[in-house]
Amino acid sequence: MIRVPMIRVLALLFGLLLPLASAFAISDPAEMLPDPKAEARAEAIGRQLRCLVCQNESIEDSGADLARDLRRVVRQHVAAGEKDQAIIAWMVARYGNFVRLRPPFEPLTWFLWASPALALAAGVLIIAFAMRQKRPPPLPLSAAEQRALKDVLKS
Amino acid sequence: MSGAGPARGVSRRLLLGLPLLAAAAAGGGFYALLRRMEAGRYDPHAVDNPLIGHAIPDFAPLPAQAPASTGFGSADLRAALSAGGRPVLVNFFASWCVPCRIEHPELMGLAKTGVPVWGIAYKDQAADAAKLLDEDGNPYLRLARDESGRVAIDWGLYGVPETFLIDRAGIARGHWAGPLSAEIVRDEVSPLLRKYA
Repeated sequence: MIRVPMIRVLALLFGLLLPLASAFAISDPAEMLPDPKAEARAEAIGRQLRCLVCQNESIEDSGADLARDLRRVVRQHVAAGEKDQAIIAWMVARYGNFVRLRPPFEPLTWFLWASPALALAAGVLIIAFAMRQKRPPPLPLSAAEQRALKDVLKS
Repeated sequence: MSGAGPARGVSRRLLLGLPLLAAAAAGGGFYALLRRMEAGRYDPHAVDNPLIGHAIPDFAPLPAQAPASTGFGSADLRAALSAGGRPVLVNFFASWCVPCRIEHPELMGLAKTGVPVWGIAYKDQAADAAKLLDEDGNPYLRLARDESGRVAIDWGLYGVPETFLIDRAGIARGHWAGPLSAEIVRDEVSPLLRKYA
């Protein structure tokens, strides 16, 4: 019997499942708005909204029931001519800021938004510190050490 | 080594010790986290419901769910709250939802002590929900059906079961996503019920 490493089996399974995941993305024409421009706007809004069930997907990408319901709500609001910001505010009023995949800049998220700059600054500091700390050159050998070295080389 | 002095020894020990210390701190943190998750006091998937501290959303009367003969809307709930003079628990459930069965005994227990529990069957078949309540018992004082799940969205619902505690003024004071356990009822629901009684 051929033994296939478990990791390969998992990798294969994962690879097979990947297209399935994207197949869940909204593709049902019945859900779409007739006006392609309005539909594009609805999709752009939906991509900024988190599916509360799967949590790491937008409602446009999720196959969850709730995501479908929320897609429908977004399209109703778009069809009613509401502005993007108003539709997102509608969602935030019900699900909190967590529903936004791009968190707003507020006291709670200052550290989050500043973290790339902070990480860069820390890196620069570490490099600057390391470059300043030059090792002193080694002291010349003492007379006894010179002699010992000669002995070693001779033998 | 020529550069080795006491100062170098200290920084070396520090370099060795810091990662160990960091790993120990992280381990302690993770342990505490897992313990809290195990005890049901922390849910990493929980979403803070912005309804807390705000008035319940308006909704037109929802259709009845058997065995109740009339449904209810936000106006009925508000009227009952101000007339009853005590907080109400609003519980979203479904017959297809396994965690709902897990929390069912807790709701029965709450109902037995006289806590008004209002139920909303979420995206459920009327016959299935009726059968469940017939078999397992009906803890609900009032029952309604939200078949499309549209009212639930206004409550910020993202799954079933979810339970809300509404005070006499119609303000949401408590929210639990996921099944109520005996511990949650004892440590969280009951104190809030007393506080807003």
